[in-house]
Amino acid sequence: MNAINNSILTLILLVPLAGAVLVALAPDRAKLPNWIALLTALVSFGLTLHLPAHFILGQGGFQFAINRPWIENPAIFYHVGVDGLSLWLVVLTGLLAPVGVIASWNAITERRKIFFVLFLLQQTAMFGVFISLDLMLYYAFWELSLVPMAILIAMYGRKDGPKAALKFFLFTFIPSAPLLVAILWLYAKTGSFDFVTLQILIAHGNFPAGPLFWIALAFLLAFAVKVPVFPLHGWLADTFSEAPVALAMVVAGKLGLYSMLRFHIGLFPVQAGAAAPYLIALAVIGILYGACLALVQRDFWRLLAFAALSHLSLITLGIYGFTFTGSAGAVYQILNHGVVDGALFVLLGFLYDRYATSQIAAYGGVASKLPRTATLFVIASLAMIGLPMLNNFVGEFLILSSTFTGVSRGWAIAATLGVILGAAYMLWLVQRLFYGPESELTASKPADDLHFRELAVLWPLAVLMLVMGLAPSIWLPSIETGIHPPGSKVIMVIQGSVLPRSILPISSQGEGQR
Amino acid sequence: MNPVPDIFRILPELILTLTGVAVMFIDASLPSGWPRRPLGWVAAIGTTLALWASLWQLSLPQGTAFFATVETSAFTIFFHVLICGIVLVALLLSLDTLPEDSHHQGEFYALVVFGAVGMCLLTGAVELLVVFIALEISSISTYILAGYRKNTGRGPEAAIKYFLLGSFATAFLLYGVALIFGATGTTQIYEIAHLAPSAQNHAFVLAGMALMLVGILFKVSAAPFHVWTPDVYEGAPSPVVALLSTAPKAAAFALLMRVVYEMFPTLHGLWSPLLWIVAVLSMTVGNLAALRQENVKRMLAYSSIAHAGYLLAAFAGLGTSGIAAASFYAAAYAAMNVGIFAVITLVSGYDEKLPMIEDFRGLIYRSPLLGGLLIFFLASLVGIPFTGGFFGKFYSFSAAVDSGAVALAIIGLLNSGLAAAYYLRLALVAAQRTPGKSGEEMAPAPQVGVAVGAALFFAVAATLILGIVPGAVLRAAEAGAHTLQAPPVQSGVPGLSVAQQPNP
Repeated sequence: MNAINNSILTLILLVPLAGAVLVALAPDRAKLPNWIALLTALVSFGLTLHLPAHFILGQGGFQFAINRPWIENPAIFYHVGVDGLSLWLVVLTGLLAPVGVIASWNAITERRKIFFVLFLLQQTAMFGVFISLDLMLYYAFWELSLVPMAILIAMYGRKDGPKAALKFFLFTFIPSAPLLVAILWLYAKTGSFDFVTLQILIAHGNFPAGPLFWIALAFLLAFAVKVPVFPLHGWLADTFSEAPVALAMVVAGKLGLYSMLRFHIGLFPVQAGAAAPYLIALAVIGILYGACLALVQRDFWRLLAFAALSHLSLITLGIYGFTFTGSAGAVYQILNHGVVDGALFVLLGFLYDRYATSQIAAYGGVASKLPRTATLFVIASLAMIGLPMLNNFVGEFLILSSTFTGVSRGWAIAATLGVILGAAYMLWLVQRLFYGPESELTASKPADDLHFRELAVLWPLAVLMLVMGLAPSIWLPSIETGIHPPGSKVIMVIQGSVLPRSILPISSQGEGQR
Repeated sequence: MNPVPDIFRILPELILTLTGVAVMFIDASLPSGWPRRPLGWVAAIGTTLALWASLWQLSLPQGTAFFATVETSAFTIFFHVLICGIVLVALLLSLDTLPEDSHHQGEFYALVVFGAVGMCLLTGAVELLVVFIALEISSISTYILAGYRKNTGRGPEAAIKYFLLGSFATAFLLYGVALIFGATGTTQIYEIAHLAPSAQNHAFVLAGMALMLVGILFKVSAAPFHVWTPDVYEGAPSPVVALLSTAPKAAAFALLMRVVYEMFPTLHGLWSPLLWIVAVLSMTVGNLAALRQENVKRMLAYSSIAHAGYLLAAFAGLGTSGIAAASFYAAAYAAMNVGIFAVITLVSGYDEKLPMIEDFRGLIYRSPLLGGLLIFFLASLVGIPFTGGFFGKFYSFSAAVDSGAVALAIIGLLNSGLAAAYYLRLALVAAQRTPGKSGEEMAPAPQVGVAVGAALFFAVAATLILGIVPGAVLRAAEAGAHTLQAPPVQSGVPGLSVAQQPNP
């Protein structure tokens, strides 16, 4: 078992990559690429489940860690590991892989090989982002995750793929330039890219505050675009309406939010604290602005995009509220959002494939023809709204209540308004799509409801929403081990309680160089 | 001390010269009807031998030959191997794409090999007159190659433009050499390096250095000496551009390093800001102009100007870190640029019936292999991790950040964001479905032959190796950087100078 624990993260990285190679080499016959991709996705999901099964709650720090030199000069290490923060995000990424393959099963009709090769490559890149503990390794995966996404948006875009792809790519790529300079600057000062080492050095206050302000800002900017945070969301709606379903459901949210928690707040707690009031304000604006725009959209992909902006802003609020409960709730809410958004994307993608339009007005009365679709959509919508007993309720409650008690009542009340608006646009969407008189479009197509394949992924997701709503205690304790109120984490790290011995020489050497 | 025979010091150049002469002789003696294609294989084999010979030179002690005019060191070997590799790939690429009929194929291969002689000699020369001769050898071959499509309007135009502007640049260089000779009384680079500190403020030395820099910066097509690049790249045949945009530039960058780091290290305060400005100008001008191009080769011409800028950013670095970063960048840039021109040669064809960005629409549907490779090389040019382009930029900008030029790094990386726009445009067009028009005017998928396949394989492998395990190449570049300094004691006491060298 030890051998597996010591190599599980490498396996998780390599399995999708190996699957991609296999798809590339296999003949493009019938559904063969689909089956290989599905098998790969299931295997990698199975591997990610190993992590929570063998995660030791009491033990702080990073588990399943691997730390080997990759490149000597500059000293880049293949340093990976998970803690409570990244544990479930890795599992979520694993879970959404088979969902994505199933969602693309019939939607992708040509060049299946290229699609699944890039899809699996994207999977590796996302795993890499969540488990990397070396800043350069992290940056490499971060950038790598852009390429398959951009190409697939361009290849399978519904109307103007290349334009949306370019927008998406540039929006994310340009802010990562200052991020790289910031990382290089940290390296020039310390001689290390290692997350843990840098965290200690920065906590010791070894850096002048002036440059550190800019460094932290460069980190924040790169992540805020990816989330996206309010004024930086320009790419989101186009990407949602153009991207293939399997990729749209992973493009926003978790990568950026995780990076904020890990690398912005984790490395620069002081600077993040200083930035928090602004981010809280932007988050609340984002919640309300996204919700209002979602109300007036005529296209369901764009509606979903602005709904996502609103929900992701709520998570940002939880993160920068700097309360323990809020942060834990935020991480939990990232998971919820992944599950619910995944289900909604699959269902809307199914509708789009059948009716070839995303105009809400063209639909109506679908429920009578596709009852199973309607049922599942209603469940997912209710989860999205935050109905008690379903998963979003827990996350939203934790975030909002901690904001109310720990941050500011005004902001909390304003954010709650966004939740109410959320109920309005989702329920209205359900009504316009599924109920009312049958529209010309829905009447013209024969009834052909969800098949076994889709049901096989959607029902588990629906059950998961319920379980996550009823028994959050399965997830929260391990998440909480990854969250520490700012300050305490750093102190704990400095006391050496979680510090691997091997790091100390590096850090002292780093200080020596300065 | 057991002296190394002088001849071993120039073994690669010698092999290349013999190959070139052999190719010309065979070409002339073959009956006119016979195919000339096998000559390409002869040239390729000769180049491979030269590559091995350069690697073998690693076993020689560092030193000079022929009255201290040429040098072998880790630095020269690094660039010899790089140039021979590029020439080999370019030859393989030409083998399958040159039209079989007449077209003076034999001469083509001979010229490529002679060009390689000049470039190799340029990296090894430590005597300014030899530098000049080497530069001329390589330039004259490339002038002719640039105009190889005589029957088109653009071919001769490209050749004449390249020749006129190139001659001017060489004249500048020569004038600079003359001024330096006037000030120091020697053209041997080590001796100049020893005399330069005492002649620091001599107007001739400063003017000479400035003129030499102008000449070299022209050869690497850095702004503001870049105007010839797009026209020449557009007019020259694509396999030639694959060569032209990489090998002579690598050689010229090697010369630039020799001039600034070895000959005038004490004038760092003068040339460093100069190169800073040229770097920023090149990146910005190159990228801004590339944004508006519709012709793929013109776009890549401007992109190569921008890449010269990224490479020059490494020169902000001090001493060995800067040299190592610049050498590494030259290798990474060569790998991906040769690769992308190989793909473009295949897609556009030798006659370039499909030169525009729009012509690449749906390439990935026509030929998944070429489409995928195009996107791969473009990703490397953008600087996506796990490709050579990423570590090239990474080392270049970290050399800049290390020496405090944070502003340069930020400008450079923002520029690379700008550059992503036009690379991505081509990549995304290639990935887009061709709307509606079923079968109509869909160009056939290009065929990939054995030689081109090998060329593509080498380029992909090099780009991936430089991106995933750059350690070995970087060590070689660093070893080279350590040897790039004038020996402390000059010719008077032979042996001592070698003994005091830091061991690479």
